[in-house]
Formats: sequence, C-alpha cells, structure tokens
Amino acid sequence: MSFPFQFEPLWTDWLIYLLLVLVLGFFLYVSGKEHLCAPWRQIRRRPLAMSALVLLGCYISIGLMDSVHFRKELPRADTRQELQYDPEVLSLLDVVLERLKNNVERTYSAPFAAYAFNKEMVEGPDGTKTRVYPRLKYGGAHLTNPDTERGPDLLLLVGERAIFGLVIVVLFSALVILILSQKHQTPPGEMARKVFRGETETAWRAILFTLGLLFILVGIAASLSVKYHLFGTDKVGQDVLYLALKGIRTGLVIGTLTTLVMLPFAIFLGISAGFFRGKVDDAIQYLYTTLSSIPGVLLIAASVLILQVYMDKNADAFASVTERADIRLLFLCLILGMTSWIGLCRMLRGETLKLREMEYVQAAKTLGVGNQRIITHYILPNVMHLVLIAVVLDFSGLVLAEAVLSYVGVGVDPAMISWGNMINSARLELAREPVVWWSLSAAFVFMFVLVLAANVFSDAVRDAFDPRLRGR
Amino acid sequence: MSQGLLQIKDLKTWFTTDGGVVRAVDGVSFDIPRGKTFALVGESGCGKSMTALSIMKLVPQPAGRIVSGQILLDGEDLCPLPEVAMRGLRGNRISMIFQEPMTSLNPVITVGDQIRETLEYHIKLDPKAAKTRAIELLALVGIPDPQERYDEYPHQISGGMKQRVMIAMALSGEPDLLIADEPTTALDVTIQAQILDLLRRLQKERGMAILLITHDLGVVAETADQVAVMYAGEIVETAERTAFFANPRHPYSQKLLSSLPGNKQRGEALEMIRGTVPALNRVFQGCRFANRCDSAWERCEQEVPQWATFETGGVRCHLAENPEKAAKPLIKQVLVSAQGEAVSSVSENEQQELLRVSDLKVHFPIQKGLFKRVVGHVKAVDGVSLAIKQGKTVALVGESGCGKTTVGKAILQLISQTAGSVSLEGTDLSTLSGESLRKRRSDFQIIFQDPYSSLNPRMLVGDILKEGVKALKIDHGEGETWLDQLLEQVGLSPDAKHRYPHEFSGGQRQRICIARVLAVQPKLIVCDEPTSALDVSVQAQVLNLLKQLQSKYRLAYLFITHDLSVVNYFADEVAVMYLGRIVEYGSVESVLGNPKHPYTRALLSAVPQVDPEKKRKIIRIEGDLPSPVNPPKGCYFHPRCPQAMPVCREEYPTLSRFDGHHETSCFLYTGE
Repeated sequence: MSFPFQFEPLWTDWLIYLLLVLVLGFFLYVSGKEHLCAPWRQIRRRPLAMSALVLLGCYISIGLMDSVHFRKELPRADTRQELQYDPEVLSLLDVVLERLKNNVERTYSAPFAAYAFNKEMVEGPDGTKTRVYPRLKYGGAHLTNPDTERGPDLLLLVGERAIFGLVIVVLFSALVILILSQKHQTPPGEMARKVFRGETETAWRAILFTLGLLFILVGIAASLSVKYHLFGTDKVGQDVLYLALKGIRTGLVIGTLTTLVMLPFAIFLGISAGFFRGKVDDAIQYLYTTLSSIPGVLLIAASVLILQVYMDKNADAFASVTERADIRLLFLCLILGMTSWIGLCRMLRGETLKLREMEYVQAAKTLGVGNQRIITHYILPNVMHLVLIAVVLDFSGLVLAEAVLSYVGVGVDPAMISWGNMINSARLELAREPVVWWSLSAAFVFMFVLVLAANVFSDAVRDAFDPRLRGR
Repeated sequence: MSQGLLQIKDLKTWFTTDGGVVRAVDGVSFDIPRGKTFALVGESGCGKSMTALSIMKLVPQPAGRIVSGQILLDGEDLCPLPEVAMRGLRGNRISMIFQEPMTSLNPVITVGDQIRETLEYHIKLDPKAAKTRAIELLALVGIPDPQERYDEYPHQISGGMKQRVMIAMALSGEPDLLIADEPTTALDVTIQAQILDLLRRLQKERGMAILLITHDLGVVAETADQVAVMYAGEIVETAERTAFFANPRHPYSQKLLSSLPGNKQRGEALEMIRGTVPALNRVFQGCRFANRCDSAWERCEQEVPQWATFETGGVRCHLAENPEKAAKPLIKQVLVSAQGEAVSSVSENEQQELLRVSDLKVHFPIQKGLFKRVVGHVKAVDGVSLAIKQGKTVALVGESGCGKTTVGKAILQLISQTAGSVSLEGTDLSTLSGESLRKRRSDFQIIFQDPYSSLNPRMLVGDILKEGVKALKIDHGEGETWLDQLLEQVGLSPDAKHRYPHEFSGGQRQRICIARVLAVQPKLIVCDEPTSALDVSVQAQVLNLLKQLQSKYRLAYLFITHDLSVVNYFADEVAVMYLGRIVEYGSVESVLGNPKHPYTRALLSAVPQVDPEKKRKIIRIEGDLPSPVNPPKGCYFHPRCPQAMPVCREEYPTLSRFDGHHETSCFLYTGE
C-alpha cells in the first residue's frame, strides 16, 4: 500500500515524539502510584489551572499537528516515470490551513480589509492609469461593494457562527455531563447541577466554560478567515493568522526541547555533585560557576554565528530550507539548554546534600544497596518534584527568550516562522506611516495567551508539589 | 474556686481540614490557682499545645478557631477580646515559652536586644533603663557574665542558655501566668534539671502561676502541684500531684504510669496501651479511650462518660460509678512468665563475644581557606572501647553531642574511623572494603531515631523490606511468605506491604524499620535512640518487641540513648560517654546502682523520678558540654565536676577497675 506522500520527519519532530512518549510514560507511571497522583488531583480541583490547561492543550495540539511533516507526491505523466516528491516539506497543519496558506496577497493589508494597504497603479479597462487602493485578491473578494456590504456581512458571519458554536457547546456539555453521570452513578440532572455550581471533584465548570469559549472563537475565526484576512497580511502578502499559528510550534519547541536538553545535565551533574561530594562536587561546581559567569546572550550569539558559518559553507548538506531552519532551531535549543541547566543543577545539588544524610539513605547503605540504586531509587524520586516545578516554570521564560533572541538577530532562522521573527519585522513596520500594527499584535496576543496559561498552570503545579503548602 | 487566676470553661478549638473538622480541643475545663504549677500531660496529638495556644489566642488562622467556651483571666473573658487587646495581654499578663529554643530566637539580633525590645514594648522603659533591666533579667535566669552575654547572638550560646534567654524574655513583662510548652523536651537531662530548678525558683520568688505542658511524667512528678491528663482532645483526669501518682483513677493514667520503663520491670514485658490515639475528625459515641482500655465494657462504647468529681480533682470514666468493672492485671502476669523463661534460657547459654571495639577514634578535619588546609579536628569519638556478647544489650549513654551516634555509625562503617578497630566475630571491619564489606553487611544493622525520615517515602513497604534482601542476596526461599511472616512478627498485618510509609503512625513505622533490619538476619543491631521520638505507650510496645526478638534470635543490641530509665529496663551493660570518651563502663546493676564517676552520678540524679516519695538530691553540674574541637586539658569533665581536684586539670585519668566488671576513668579512684 502506498500513500501519495512521503513521511519526512525533521530532527525536532523526532525529539518532540520522544518527549511525547516520555510524558505519556510519566503519566502512566504516576497513575499507578497513589502518592504521586495526590498533587495532580489537587491541581484538578483548581478552576483557573484547568482553564489554563485547556488553553495549553489547544496550543499543544496545534503544535503537534505542525510537527507531522511530509512531502507530497508529484503528479506523474505515466507510471513508468520515476516517483518524484514535491521539494516543499508540508505539515499536517499546512494541509488544514491550506486556504490560509495559499490566500497570498501582494503585500500589506489591514485586518478585515477588502482593499490593499498601499495605493497602486491600476490600468483601467480603457487604458487609463490611476493610483488607487486596489481590491484584494482574496480578502473580501466575495463582496461587490465592500464599503456598504462589509459591515452586515461580518455581523452575519459572526452571529451565525456564534449561534452555531453555542449549540455545539451545549450539546458537548450535555455529552460530558452524561458521561460523568454514568461514571459517578448519579442522575444526569443532579450531575448537571453539581457541575454548574462548581461542586465536582475536577473543575468541570471551568473546563467546559473555557472549551465553550474556544469553540465559539475558533468557529468564528474559521468562517471569517476564509473570506477575510483576520489579522491582515504581512509584507509579502502572507496571512498573519497563518504565521501566528505556525509560530506556535516554534515557541513550543523552544520551550520544551530546551528542557529536554537541560534535564540530563541538571539531574546528572546536580545529583552527582551532591551525592559524591569531594572532588566530583568541586569539579561540577567549578564548571557551573564558570558557565554562569559568561553572559548568556553572548554565548548564544557566538554559537549561533558559528553554526551559521558552518551552514553557509556546507549548503549541500541540507535538503530543503525547512530542514536547514530546523537544524538551526535545534541548535538554538541545545545552546539555550546548555546555559539554563545551572539553576536547577544548583538546587538539585543542595537537595541531594540534604537527602544523602537522611536516615533512609543511610539505612540503604547499611543494607548493602549500591550507589547507583541509591541514586535512582532513593534520591531521584525524592527530587522529582523540584525538577517538575523547574521545568514548568522555565517553559514560559524560554518562550519569551526565543522572541528576544530573534529580535536581536541570533534566534531562529529568518526563514522560519516564529513570533520572534514577526516581532523583529514589526520593528520596521512600526516606523511606517500609517503604522502596520497587526503582525506585532497577533504575535503578542498568541504569545501572551500561551505564556499566561503556562504561568497560571505552573503556579498551580508549584503549589501542589510544594510540601509547605500541602494540606490546605 | 473563684480565686483561681485562670479559668477555662468548656473550651473548644476546632480545625477545618480536607479531612473534615478536627476537634483538637473538645470541651476542656480547668482552673489554675495563683502561684501554683498546673501540669497538662498527654501523648502527642491529644491537644495539649492547642489548649495553650487557645489561651494565648494564637490558634493558627484561618484553619483553626475557638468555637466555644470561656477563658477567664481574673474573671475577664479573653474570648471576645479583639486582637489589639490581646497583644497588650500577651507578654504582660500571660507569657509563653516553647519547646524548641533553637528556633524561638531571632538569629540576627543579639539576645540582649531581643529582651530589651520586649521590655521597651511591654513596660515602656526607655532604652537605657531597658538595657539595665535586661541584664538584670539575664542574671536572674542564671546566665553567667550577663554583661558580656548581652551582646552575643543566639548561635553563640548553647541550647540550655537559649532556653534561659527565652525564659528571661517571657519574664520581662512580669506575667501572672507562664505557659511552658514542653520547655525541657529538647534539652539534656542535666540541663533539664537546671531549667526546672530555675522555673521552681522563679515561681517561688514571684508567685506566678505556671501551666506546664509535657509528656514526661517524671517532670510532672517533680514540679507540678496539680495534674491534668489529656486524651484525644479532652481532659480525662485531674488530681493533686501526690494523689495522682499514688492512686491514678483513669485507666489511661494508670496505663501511662505503668508503661514507664525502669528497674522494677527488668526481665518483664512492659505494660503497654494497645493501638494509638484515635483521629479527632469525628464525633465520639462513647468513651474516647474505650478501644484501648482493658476495662472497657458495653457502656463505654455507647455512652459518653460524665465528669465525676473527687476531693482533689475528678475523672471522666464510667469506672467512677461502676468500680467493680475494673480489669484485673491478669494479662500482664501471663506475659511476665513467658518473658521470664525466655530471658533465663538465653542467660544459660554460653556467651560468645560478638563485637569488640577497641580504642575507636573518629576525628573530623576542620578545613579552612581556599586550599582547604586542615586547621584542627573535631574529636567526635576519641578512644572508645567496648564489647558486646551475643544476645546481650550494651547501652551507650550520654548527653547530645558526646559522640554516641558517631560511635554507632563508625561501627556500621558508615563513616570511616581515624584509628582503632571494630571487629565482628574476629574480623576487623575497617580492613574490609567494597564488595567484601557489602557481603558482611547483613550481620550488623541499624535502627534510627526518627521513624519519619528513615523510610523512603517513595517506596512501598514491601519493596523497602525486599531492598536489603535483594542487595545482599539473602535466601528466603521462593515466594513472599517470608515477607508476610516478617510483618506479622513485628505486629503488622501482611497487607501493609502494599502501602506507602506515610500511611503509618510513628510506632508502626518503627516496626517497619525493625522488620527491614530483621529481613537480612543480622547478629548485631545498633539502635540509635529508637524510642525517643515516640510516645510513652508506643515506646513500651517497641521496647517489648525488641526484647522479644532478642530472646528469639539471640540478637545483640548496641542501644544508644540518653534515657536512663530505658537503660535500666533494657540493657545488660552500660557505657557512659562524655565528650568522645567512655567515663564509666560496667553492668547495669553496678553502674546505675553504684555509680562511681561524678558525671554518672550527676546524670543519674538529674533524671526526674516518677515516684514522689523517693526524695533525691540533685547533684547540680554547671555549664554545658565543652566543644570537642579543643577539649579541656586534663580530665574532660573537670570544668563541670563538683569534686574536681588539682590533678584533674593536669592529665587524663587512667582506668580504675572495680569488682564485677565495672570500670571508670576518674582520679577519685586511682589511689585505691
């Protein structure tokens, strides 16, 4: 059986799959252990955290869709011809957003505009040339007279979709309540009352509310973006909404893969330093104090520039632009990871110093348990909560760091779609008159929602795992 | 009794938690007369401290609240008073000292300034007068050189000194009532004797009332005028001191008194209270003690007992109306005979020396500067020799900081020794290393003091028990039947193996620790204060278990403790340690019955006695344990010794032997 496309995962894709497997494995492991489940159950009770989790889930699913890459098969004249694939690497998200991706205007256009942002020379049917704002190719193309028709059209679309969305939300909520009432053996009416009063164990009211809001917003956006450019278009006429959605993957990759790089360093070095002490401790401490005294941005800039030179010299090594950009993204994750393990490493060293003197570790030693097993079975499980807290807290910082680095010019590849690059290009756009504000705003809104959700969620995680706040 | 200074009437302090409403204090009433000491006794978790905090109105907010009741101080109810008014009362009329002197002082302010601040605040003295007064107070609580001590920071003074400073601070407002919440629990016996002395003296001089909260019946017997026993949030008995110790009325009080270990019970099983204090998050149908009481009958389960008044107090027990139902101490005698046989059978066996420690030294280097130059040594253990025979118990006694735990860890090869040898059945353990040491590890094991930190919280109990068996490849045969037997042997149900340590109480955890050790079939167990974190009744359970296992498996114990009453009950031989060295060593009868070394005598005399008839003369020893970095020249004990002679300052005394395996290092006997 053959598919009309070739699966073409990038380096970062593989790592994302690995991360996914690790996370799933972790949750499977946790679900079997009562004492590990308890903090998560506490998070489940918090409405704000659950709303944040829904938002994060939405981002993550978009990011995952954007991480399935393939190349389409090119049409062949006859079957004897060798199979050829499109050189352009597409992702699942590109397929879903095909209309958005292909509705490319010539250059800037404002959100919901039907006319271009700049005046252009247009040749009339009679041969006269006039400078006017030409009609856009796709934005509002279905209208005959945009000036009068656009407002009612927008209203109609929004209203129609909002009502449709509401119906879906009500149906979905009813379904959830039915399932819940089955599970808890309570009559559906009783269950519904409990959910809407926020009396359920899991904060279902908040989840349903957030999901409902998302349904409606996505529904409206989906119908509008087909006929208009919801967030306008950028300099080369690409739909900004498409760019912002593609930026999600970049942000998530930076936020998560960096921690994947950082964790082995932090955990291995931190625990070794604390557990073995002496010379090992001295060496590791020396290493991280030295590393932390080099300005991080400088280190990143230098490494990225080195990579840039290497890539320019070995241009043949990369099959496509996407692959090239991807290698640079991965490298950025690596180098960010190298500079950000120090804080966690220090914390783990301190905690291990404390734990190794704990009586249960001493008891294990007298029972003849080997060092390796002591580290994996006695120290590591007891510092895991610190690791988890650090990872979740670092995530939002890393997403923001990408934006800053791209703005400075040492971030991801300029060809890669990322919020940092959008903000970087906005530097010039903001200097124009009238101002092109929409790409900056779009990047800002998407990043803001992600970082806010991550922060709210990480707060909940910290509270749940902090032993001092237990039992409240 | 309307002349009472403080009257508590039906006080209820409840806590709202995830597990429901916890009735920490549930209808407590008592009177404290002026100038008297009122002791509140009970096991941990029965609401003693919460009663004290309620009186101060310092109940942790917002979880806890005083639900109902009256707290009358000189007839004025404190409950409706606003926080502002309470602030004026605290420190002025009611003061409080806490258990942990180490954390009760602000570490970045000098002790003098801390007292001065309270003085300036409470009695509005100007700074200069306040300073003079602070120095007076320091002198009053028996701190030598108060002028110099005034400018010292809390970390520069010892624990006993800190508690004195706390008392000085509590006295600064000249309170009518001093609440002392376990004031000496964290201190050594010699220091405890000093502090109790001080409290008695201050009470006599100032006529203030003291509410003494403690779990130590010895302390109660020596200081209290009135005793109230608390159990599960309510007071079950109040009485005058002498009446209480002569004739405790409530079964719980009786059990508490009889579960105290001591010389009388040697060779017998200790009386113990089965089970643990019930959870307080429910409403009780009957008597709260019913499920642990030997005398309980149907009425106890169904009906809450009412308060019955006697001439010097009262009791909350159905036995007051039905005295004929009281249980006869039948069960105990059965245990005694079974135990007695077991013990004698061991003593008939030929006795083989299991462990010999000779001239053991453990010095920790003090490093300084960039290149970690060694500038000195902490001589934690400085020449300790002892021997343990199979099936016997040697107790190692001493104050905290004298190096007894270090001896234990050095024997287990957890820390490397500086000099000397530890030989187990003739093999010098210090010459073994790596794999060969690991193979021997099953022979010697340790039980730690704190049952909460000695079990890995992330492992199932079953896995914890299997850990050593796996690592040391001990053959228990196929299957897990050995695991169930082991758990049953230490008094736990076999399904405990599928649970996590946090689901168990302190006593049960200590049983798990014992099971973990037994799983590898050791010959020697070092018990490092195994019962000092436990309540008296639970302590009795654990000691009984250890005794039973000893007679069954001929285990040898090195019993490290500071509690001489446990030694008296449990040990065969005793070694008294002071500053890294053993000062007296011999059989329990001769050392505790006829102590030779002045330190042993002082230590023995400082232990509070439960029996109020027995008048003892406390040999006061001044000051604290010197630093092991530079021990005093000559005999280490001479700066604190009441019988010090000039020669004691010059050199360390040699060993003097007495008849019947009893030796001491003291110049008092070198001439003989």
